[in-house]
Formats: sequence, structure tokens, C-alpha cells
Amino acid sequence: MAEIDSSGGGKKKGGKKRAKKISTKIDMTPMVDLAFLLITFFMLTTTFNKPQTMEINMPDKTDKKDEENMKVAASRTITVILAKDDVVYWYQGDNDPTTVKVQKTDFNEQTGIRKVIVDKSSEIMKASGKDAVIIIKALDNSKYKNIVDMLDEMHITNQKIYAIVDVYDTDKEMLAVQYPGSI
Amino acid sequence: MPKVKVARKSVSLDMTAMCDMAFLLLTFFMLTTKFKPEEPVVVDTPSSVSEIKLPDTDVALISIGKDGRVFFGLEEQGTKEKMLEEMEKKYQVTFNENEKHEFKLLPTFGTPIGGLKQILNMSTSERAKVNQPGIPCDSTNNELKDWLIFARAHNQRPLKIAIKGDKDANYEVVKRIIATLQEQNANRFNFVTNMEAKPSSLPK
Repeated sequence: MAEIDSSGGGKKKGGKKRAKKISTKIDMTPMVDLAFLLITFFMLTTTFNKPQTMEINMPDKTDKKDEENMKVAASRTITVILAKDDVVYWYQGDNDPTTVKVQKTDFNEQTGIRKVIVDKSSEIMKASGKDAVIIIKALDNSKYKNIVDMLDEMHITNQKIYAIVDVYDTDKEMLAVQYPGSI
Repeated sequence: MPKVKVARKSVSLDMTAMCDMAFLLLTFFMLTTKFKPEEPVVVDTPSSVSEIKLPDTDVALISIGKDGRVFFGLEEQGTKEKMLEEMEKKYQVTFNENEKHEFKLLPTFGTPIGGLKQILNMSTSERAKVNQPGIPCDSTNNELKDWLIFARAHNQRPLKIAIKGDKDANYEVVKRIIATLQEQNANRFNFVTNMEAKPSSLPK
């Protein structure tokens, strides 16, 4: 396809000798092919989606003032316990083993913990005029995915006050009694 | 009647403009591309609806493998050099110049300080094959804590801490790491996740 201009070959007699005019056009097709190939390669290898993150703020352990401020009415709290096999246990109010009935649910989008949190937080909002406080406790045998999912639920349901807390022994005892084999 | 002749047009078109653009884009992608650093552990992160992006620099990345092994990653080379010097003093080990240089280039590692020498003396391909045992981070031997303290002390800008856990890692390991962070007053950190679409409606 290289185009070489070969015009002017006819009248050579006499006149000045001229250098053959060569067209400056070159065929760029292979070059463009290559360029696009490389573009495609770099586009695909570029790490497009930078990892997403979730910001977590834990309370300051050394600051005692915080702890006093943290005291809230037990009726406003919902405690969520994450256990193995993606099971979620939850109860409302104080963790008094004699009165509390622990409920069992899962991460189902329609019927699971999301519905519980939506229902309960609006109930609490109506009763006290304040936001619900969600306390997230994860047992040692729950998975990392569970805690991320739970934090996600907080985000999805627009909860303003929530905290990740260690599991108390009373919680473990309650689970052991009400749901044998759950721990 | 004379025949109407259709003028023959040349099929070759001027590709200069297209070519210019192609090379411009090519240059852009070549310069911005950053190849994924080799990782000694495969981490399958859980997904979340969070939309905050992780910054490129000044991030200390703590990876947790499926089996609970803990890895530490940092990009800043100057910080890593000082970190290693501090660790040498604290744990009474010495690294030669070559090992120090290798350490600066190593994006992620997961061995106790005793086994680090061996890892540093391997070639890149050997290193990829070997199974690193993870950095100890329990209450009796918490090397991760020291790495973090030195990294935070020597980094020139505030260091962000990111935890990249496998979705099937046990929470127990995560809890230990969070406790380690809280001990040194690093109460703000990030969980690295994949993107997921936010559900449009809440259950009624």
C-alpha cells in the first residue's frame, strides 16, 4: 500500500534533472493497529476500581470521659450478636439473662436483620424520640465477612449510633442456654 | 449521450489525527498504570456499599488470609528502612545491606522477624512459592504491634491503617488486630472491601 509517486517519468529529455518526488504519505495502518493494541492492554491492566474502604472509628480506650457519656437507656439499645454460619442473634434492652429472649435471624435482605433494625429503630424513635443504639458483638467463630456485612447494614439503614463491642460472658451464657450449640 | 463517469476516490485516508490520539491515550495509560504488586497471600475481600476510596500513598495495609495469617504491607521505602533498623535494635537481629535493600522493595511480608532474613534472601519467584507463616500478633508475642509503632513513628505524613481481610477469616484474628491498634491509640482505621450496589429500598 505504500504509495510511491512515480509521476513525471515521461519527459526526461533535456530539462533539468530532478530528484524523483516521493510522496511523504506513509501507510500508518500497522502503527495505529499496534497503538490501539497497546492502549487496550494498558486500559485493561490498569487497576480501575481502587479498593473501597469502610471507615471505622473506635472509642478511645484511655479516655474515661467517653465511657460516662456512652451510658444510654437500655431500652434504646439493640444488641446484635454475630455467630458462626452467618447466623445473627439479637435482643433489645438490657442483657439480663432472666428476662431477655434472644431472637435468631440471618442476613437475608428482606426478612433478615435489616428488617429487624428498620422496624425496631423506628419503634424506638417513636417511643423515645431518640435514635436507636445498635451494639454489634461478634463471637470469635464468626467470620470477618459478617462484621463487614453488619456494618454495611448500619450504612444501608442509616443508623447513626452503633458500636463494635466485645462479647460479654453473660451474652455467651444466654446463647448457650437459649440456643444450645450456637457458640 | 456521454456516459457519466463516477470519479474514483482514493480509499486511503489520513490517519494522522487518529494516530495522534491513539498515542496520546497510550502515553497516558502507560504513565498512569501501576502494576499490581505481587501478594504473598490471596485475599478475597467482602463487599460493601461504602464508597470511600483508599488513598494510594501512606497506607499501612494489614492483610488477613483465609487461614488467619497476618501480613503487613507498606509502600513508603524510607519509612521501611527506618522500621527495619528499629526492629534490628529491638529484636537483636542484623540485616546486611543487600537484605535491607530487598526489604525496601518488598511490598508485603508475613513472617516473624526471625524468618525475615530467609525470605529476603530468596529470589522473587522463590518467594512467591513459599508459604509465609504470618506475623505473630497474639498477646504473648506481638510483632505486628512493633511494626505498626515504628511505621507510624517514622512515616513523614500521618499513616492510614487499612485492614484487608478475607471474608472467611475468623473474627477472632480481626479482634486481635483491632485490639493491637487500640492499644496504640490508632482508633481510626479502614476495612478494605469490594464494591456492591446499595439496595434501592428497605424492607417494610
